[in-house]
Amino acid sequence: MTNIDSNSNRLEVDIAGIKFKNPVIGASGTFGFGREYSNYIDLNKLGGISVKGLTIKPRKGNKPPRIAETPAGILNSIGLQNPGVEVFIKEELPFLKKFNTVIIANIAGNVIEEYCELAEILSDTDIDAFELNVSCPNVKEGCVAFGNTVEGISEITKQVRKYCKKPLIVKLTPSVMDIKEIALAAEANGADAVSLINTILGMVIDIHKKRPVLANNFGGLSGPAVKPIAVRMTYEVSQTVKIPVIGMGGISSGDDAVEFMLAGAHAVMVGTWNFVNPNACIEVIEGIEKYLERYNYCSIYDIIGKLELNG
Amino acid sequence: MSLMLQEEIVCNRELVTGIYQLTFRSAYVSQNAKPGQFVNIKCCEGFNAILRRPVSICSVDRENKNVTIVFQKRGTGTSYLAKKRAGDVLDLIGPLGSHFDLSENYKNIAVVGGGIGIFPLLFLLEQKQCVHKTAYIGFRSKNYVVLEEAFKHNSHELIISTDDGSLGQKGFITDLLEKRILEEGIKGEKYDIIYTCGPGPMMKKVVELASKAGIKCQVSLEQRMGCGIGACLACACKIKLRDDWQYKRVCKDGPIFWGEEVDFDD
Ligand SMILES: Cc1cc2nc3c(=O)[nH]c(=O)nc-3n(C[C@H](O)[C@H](O)[C@H](O)COP(=O)(O)OP(=O)(O)OC[C@H]3O[C@@H](n4cnc5c(N)ncnc54)[C@H](O)[C@@H]3O)c2cc1C
Ligand SMILES: Cc1cc2nc3c(=O)[nH]c(=O)nc-3n(C[C@H](O)[C@H](O)[C@H](O)COP(=O)(O)O)c2cc1C
Ligand code: FES
Repeated sequence: MTNIDSNSNRLEVDIAGIKFKNPVIGASGTFGFGREYSNYIDLNKLGGISVKGLTIKPRKGNKPPRIAETPAGILNSIGLQNPGVEVFIKEELPFLKKFNTVIIANIAGNVIEEYCELAEILSDTDIDAFELNVSCPNVKEGCVAFGNTVEGISEITKQVRKYCKKPLIVKLTPSVMDIKEIALAAEANGADAVSLINTILGMVIDIHKKRPVLANNFGGLSGPAVKPIAVRMTYEVSQTVKIPVIGMGGISSGDDAVEFMLAGAHAVMVGTWNFVNPNACIEVIEGIEKYLERYNYCSIYDIIGKLELNG
Repeated sequence: MSLMLQEEIVCNRELVTGIYQLTFRSAYVSQNAKPGQFVNIKCCEGFNAILRRPVSICSVDRENKNVTIVFQKRGTGTSYLAKKRAGDVLDLIGPLGSHFDLSENYKNIAVVGGGIGIFPLLFLLEQKQCVHKTAYIGFRSKNYVVLEEAFKHNSHELIISTDDGSLGQKGFITDLLEKRILEEGIKGEKYDIIYTCGPGPMMKKVVELASKAGIKCQVSLEQRMGCGIGACLACACKIKLRDDWQYKRVCKDGPIFWGEEVDFDD
């Protein structure tokens, strides 16, 4: 057991030199810019917030309907609707900075130059870290292409690294043959951490209309349905790379988060479940704390990667 | 401000086949809700049908702290709601969304509703004090007619139509509205505003008629929602700008919009 005096915060975790007061982060695209949730929960309690994917210019997003339900999950095709980086810096960041929590800028683009430009612009603001969205399944051009191949992820990580003066988290897509080699490529080219998983491309059909429910036909699957895949990948990746791993996919409770952490995640992100319960992140934090209490652990590091495989 | 709430159900009954009227006790929602707003209800236990379901507020009893919603049984979520009984707990967030503009300047008003779109209009009629209130409500046939008495009680004039003519006047409710405001000129009077809620094509027609007659018009839009609180951007609706357009959020920027802002052809 780690020896930590009783006054210290046992939920605290360090990722790429950033101190998170606890390992629970609102996942990009499910937490807006924090504003809406601040009506329901105290944002100061969160480990961090990864903001809605930002692009250089405002994006209108995809045609509605943009959301459909599946067993134990949802499908979305928002299409990266966002007000653009300038509006974020002027109108949203000052609001977010009022809270004592880590702010992660999730960025996306059509070409590598756009990612670099975003990294350059945002490096001069007081965001705390970047999350490269190289894996959004809902935009036709760009984005998804980079996350799918070792070459793509290597190139984009290497280029963005040059412009990025803050810790760089690369977000991985599960839609690849071997996520380990993609993670290694990110690490080798300068990523300070990886986060996973982004959504998985899926489809829901309205059998009466004989048409897909989403206007975009396909959408990204998230929620409890994807959790076992996400846990497996978190385990595989954390066994492979030395940089910290942030796990996500279907987390709805503290117990779910503990699974990811035992599998090797240093922190977790909570996405879809915020829609079901705006208090979800707080309940996950409390759940992790209860688990530590139950087994008498005095640090979160006592559970990270402590999974034992069956013989 | 909206809150996450656990409220007790007072009663839940089927009005006509497939249409349920559910009343719950809520000190907060009953005091704070404005016409046009909705509540977002958790309609499952466990992991199926995980998203909350938005349902408009149909009526509030501020004195007894009761709130009534009326919903149509359509799929998993509303079937779950239909089984709820008095004494059960309802997990909801509310009141949510924008509300109808009930400015005192509007003295002669009309509401135009079709199908399940009539319910938020009843709340409006209940709350709005003014010189003259006309309610136009349309149904598919007489078997679907609900809350006729409540509408009569809360308006000065009630006009009902059914598509098949089995009750009230035959045809679409917009046909009657058209006759009224364009042909008859409502006995020299003009509505100060028309509020409408119902199927898209119906609202589009109402907006066109209002525009032709130079009458203000507010519409209540619907869209599939993720969060219901403005964070996920799932509930997009197309809103016209001067020489462009943008997607706004039905849950937070709406559900109530000015008729001329909305692009119904998206
Ligand atoms: C702001 C707002 C206010 C609403 N107010 C009322 C109300 O007062 N009374 C009422 O009966 N209904 C209302 N609705 C519609 C209601 O939310 C849907 O009927 C409900 O979500 C269906 O859930 P379900 O699980 O029963 O159906 P599902 O199993 O999810 O789907 C069954 C069918 O319902 C339709 N549907 C599903 N979700 C929606 C939706 N959000 N909007 C339109 N159609 C949908 C689809 O065509 C689907 O095929 C409102 C919707 C919105 C957005
Ligand atoms: C509506 C919605 C929008 C999302 N938008 C983004 C985004 O802009 N950028 C990003 O990196 N991930 C985005 N995601 C993916 C989530 O951050 C997360 O990776 C995924 O939902 C899995 O976690 P969950 O199962 O807890 O939701 C989005 C997910 C949802 C449901
Ligand atoms: S439903 Fe999430 S923004 Fe409207």
